[in-house]
Amino acid sequence: MATKEEENTVFDVKAANVLTQELRDVFASGKTRSYEWRISQLKSIVKMCDEHEEDIVDALRLDLSKPQLESIVYELTMVKNSCALAIKELKRWMMPEKAKTTLTTFPSSAEVLSEPLGAVLIISAWNYPFLLSMDPLIGAIAAGNAMVLKPSELAPASSALLAKLLPEYLDCSLIKVVEGAVSETSALLEQKWDKIFYTGSSSFLGNGRVGRIVMAAAAKHLTPVVLELGGKSPVVVDSGIDIQIATRRIIVGKWGCNNGQACISPDYIITTKDCAEKLVDSLKKELEAFYGKNPLESKDLSRIVNSNHFARLTKLLDEDKVSGKIVYGGERDEANLRIAPTILLGVPQNSLIMKEEIFGPLLPILTVSKIEDSFDIIKSGTKPLAAYLFTNNKKLKEQFLMSVSAGGVVINDTTLHLAVHSVPFGGVGESGMGSYHGKFSFDAFSHKKAVVYRSFVGDASLRYPPYTLGKLRLMKALITGNFWTILRTLLGMS
Amino acid sequence: MEGVKGLESDLEAMRQYFRSGKTKDVAWRQSQLKGLLSFIKEKEKDIFKALKEDLGKHHVEAYRDEVGILTKSIKFALHGLKEWMSSKKAKLPIVALLSSAELVPEPLGFVLIISSWNFPFGLSLEPLIGAIAAGNTMVLKPSELAPASASLLANVLPTYLDSSAVKVIQGGPAVGERLLQQKWDKIFFTGSARVGRIIMSAAVKHLTPVALELGGKCPAVVDSVSSSWDTKVTVNRILVSKFGACAGQACIAIDYILVEKRFASTLVELMKVMVKKMFGENPRETNTVARIVNEQHFLRLKNLLSDSAVQNSIVYGGSMDEKNLFVEPTILVDPPLDAAMMTEEIFGPLLPIITVSYIPVISFYLYTCILQELHPAIIKKTRLDKVEDSIAFINSKPKPLAIYAFTNNEKFKRRMLSETSSGSLVFNDAVIQYAADALPFGGIGESGLGKYHGKFSFDTFSHYKAVTRRSFLTDFWFRFPPWNDYKLLLLEGTYKSDYLGMLLVILGLKRRR
Repeated sequence: MATKEEENTVFDVKAANVLTQELRDVFASGKTRSYEWRISQLKSIVKMCDEHEEDIVDALRLDLSKPQLESIVYELTMVKNSCALAIKELKRWMMPEKAKTTLTTFPSSAEVLSEPLGAVLIISAWNYPFLLSMDPLIGAIAAGNAMVLKPSELAPASSALLAKLLPEYLDCSLIKVVEGAVSETSALLEQKWDKIFYTGSSSFLGNGRVGRIVMAAAAKHLTPVVLELGGKSPVVVDSGIDIQIATRRIIVGKWGCNNGQACISPDYIITTKDCAEKLVDSLKKELEAFYGKNPLESKDLSRIVNSNHFARLTKLLDEDKVSGKIVYGGERDEANLRIAPTILLGVPQNSLIMKEEIFGPLLPILTVSKIEDSFDIIKSGTKPLAAYLFTNNKKLKEQFLMSVSAGGVVINDTTLHLAVHSVPFGGVGESGMGSYHGKFSFDAFSHKKAVVYRSFVGDASLRYPPYTLGKLRLMKALITGNFWTILRTLLGMS
Repeated sequence: MEGVKGLESDLEAMRQYFRSGKTKDVAWRQSQLKGLLSFIKEKEKDIFKALKEDLGKHHVEAYRDEVGILTKSIKFALHGLKEWMSSKKAKLPIVALLSSAELVPEPLGFVLIISSWNFPFGLSLEPLIGAIAAGNTMVLKPSELAPASASLLANVLPTYLDSSAVKVIQGGPAVGERLLQQKWDKIFFTGSARVGRIIMSAAVKHLTPVALELGGKCPAVVDSVSSSWDTKVTVNRILVSKFGACAGQACIAIDYILVEKRFASTLVELMKVMVKKMFGENPRETNTVARIVNEQHFLRLKNLLSDSAVQNSIVYGGSMDEKNLFVEPTILVDPPLDAAMMTEEIFGPLLPIITVSYIPVISFYLYTCILQELHPAIIKKTRLDKVEDSIAFINSKPKPLAIYAFTNNEKFKRRMLSETSSGSLVFNDAVIQYAADALPFGGIGESGLGKYHGKFSFDTFSHYKAVTRRSFLTDFWFRFPPWNDYKLLLLEGTYKSDYLGMLLVILGLKRRR
């Protein structure tokens, strides 16, 4: 029976409208602008993390079979760190920045003030359902906004947990969670927001597709957006390096990060023909050391999120020109949604696996005759979120930095930059727009208001009509900063 | 006119030119900025002439608002370029042991700049300076509504610059639309919110970031506590920034004034005297006020005044010369708040003054007072705070590009700071924020998104690439699976920079809860 209550709980455009109106009303009271409100919310998040560590780990295990260590290190600890940094730095972040004023506007003083944007919408992804929800939320709170979080419906346990915990710990008049899928998201996107922050799991329907929907909805209200997307992040492996260390760092970034289901995990490797064999051997050896002889049983690997994604990945593997290229792994267990770490050597560039973002435990290796040729392969695709290079060659490093454009670049490691709060995290081109982490999160959710203070003294009449030649001359002198001309003009000598 | 095919292959050639890496070179960027400077310097007379033709701008005004500011901006960019281009070191946490991190600015690629007719040189070249400084290739589409300026930019500017990297394309909406269909790495637009929406929607196709410099109704609040000197300065500054900057056809021009009722008549009387003194008996003849850009805009302004209630509120000026597209500086007191004059951006030399005691209907604060049966204490307070009711008025409208407040009242300043939102906020002056290189210039909400000027222009056309470098020397052994609780504890320690805790773990003295 379709009860009345059920009908009422449908989250439609009208409900979304009521919700944003409520948020705006409370925001207008100015509550979020105070330092105290922001700090109290941030502290509550830390408390929530501490008190519900087990629940969060459990939810992540339910959604993704995520190993406990990964959940704690990459999600909980990262969230707590973000909070700790924000709590420590908030006063400094909130301080207006003094700006230098020039002769033309003299005498005056100026500053840049960070003010909250208003009501913001955060749409997060399923692969790091906790981190990717809380990390932007922390930025939005630190900047003093009212907000709605829409966690991904593809990680239902985490979504439900967030919807339960956030109202318990945070000010629910200003921080709301809306659970749901496409229709709920569309209802939210119809509303006017002051910022939309979207993290897109690369979907098999085409990366950036949802990002485009979000931006199109934002255009109606001239809402600025942050889009955290993905892309095919390449790893270039040069010869003459410590291959074991390189391999280990690649493995941790690829399979050690949610079994390849991370936006910055290595998507493919490019190496020289001579190097390839050594690299494959090393990968095999280390993978076995890490995950054992039967990786399908390993507790240290996440599973594939759902059967859609499982089917997408097997399709990539089963393509005719690809299936013969598997040199390691390839085992799958459909019932448990598990795919073993798989390495492919020499896949053609026109294959599906090289065209789409993989977002799973498959790692193709391309070979080139000269390592510099890898740059052209990377540049022929869209700009990735991350690009990795393993080399000891200084010149190659600089060349790589100059010619490869990506959200972030890591030399001699992978995924490490995610944990670095002093650099912005975000994409460029197809890998997204806008950035966050640390102070950059605060900035992403702040408006930088330019403020000028002038006094009534020292008014230069040269600004005002009637316009004369003398005024023009003096203005020119002021702008070109020619002291003698200024003096001469003022003295009426020129 | 060249066909679509021709355009597309031209643009592809420019993309190719960017890929060659030439524009990344610091020497290239410097030479282009210098070229821009020579253009401004050597063609100053032509620029003045074009502005006179398009908008009837006096050449001193043209110098003050366009040529002069551009000269300053180019010099500022040339001076700062090397510093801007250098990468910035970043601090690292312990987990990234023995690594270094830096932020490397890189050009976005191939960018499109669409500018506006009211400051056809300023609003075209100011973003161009940023795009060049950041090392992009670019197309500039000046507004077809300022044809003399557009043609000067299209025909002469390229001879001063590397024409494979900078192209000026003239044309109206059809050309604009065709350009918008191409793939860009950034679109920088100056104009109206209506077109801004079209631009952003078009940008979706290629996920192109946009900067939209729009406008809005920028209010100026005038407080009554000022001395007569302060009042005089205030009036001067208001008049010059309203009528003296392209006849009010500027995105940061004062749109309307909010003032306390008892002070209104003093202000109006003073304005009447000063406006005559500043612009003369016949401003069209003395050429101290620019004309309206075209007939369409002239009729729009005429329409704003046509309402009889609005007509009755005119206290100064009001005459219109359709043949010469000239509108006299006009001051109005309390036109109806629901008239188009007060709901649309004016963008012309009409200056409505709204008196604050006129506002109570809108002021939530006063409304509550009435509900509370006019409690005497509150009434007393409202009288004191009257000028502060302007905050409620301002907040009832979309966020403007700029707010101006003329006041010496520190408490009121603080309230304006924290309770209103706008692109910029200026105390005791107007429009000057445009000239400050150290301040970001840009709107919020309906007044736009993205910011530029000075270093911010460079940033707007740059991508800051995060670069982390490591050596092969060290690795925490506990960074790798198979996982166990021991590794977990150590990893937690590294992320928290908890050295002592890590030591305890290694010594076997600490265990997980």
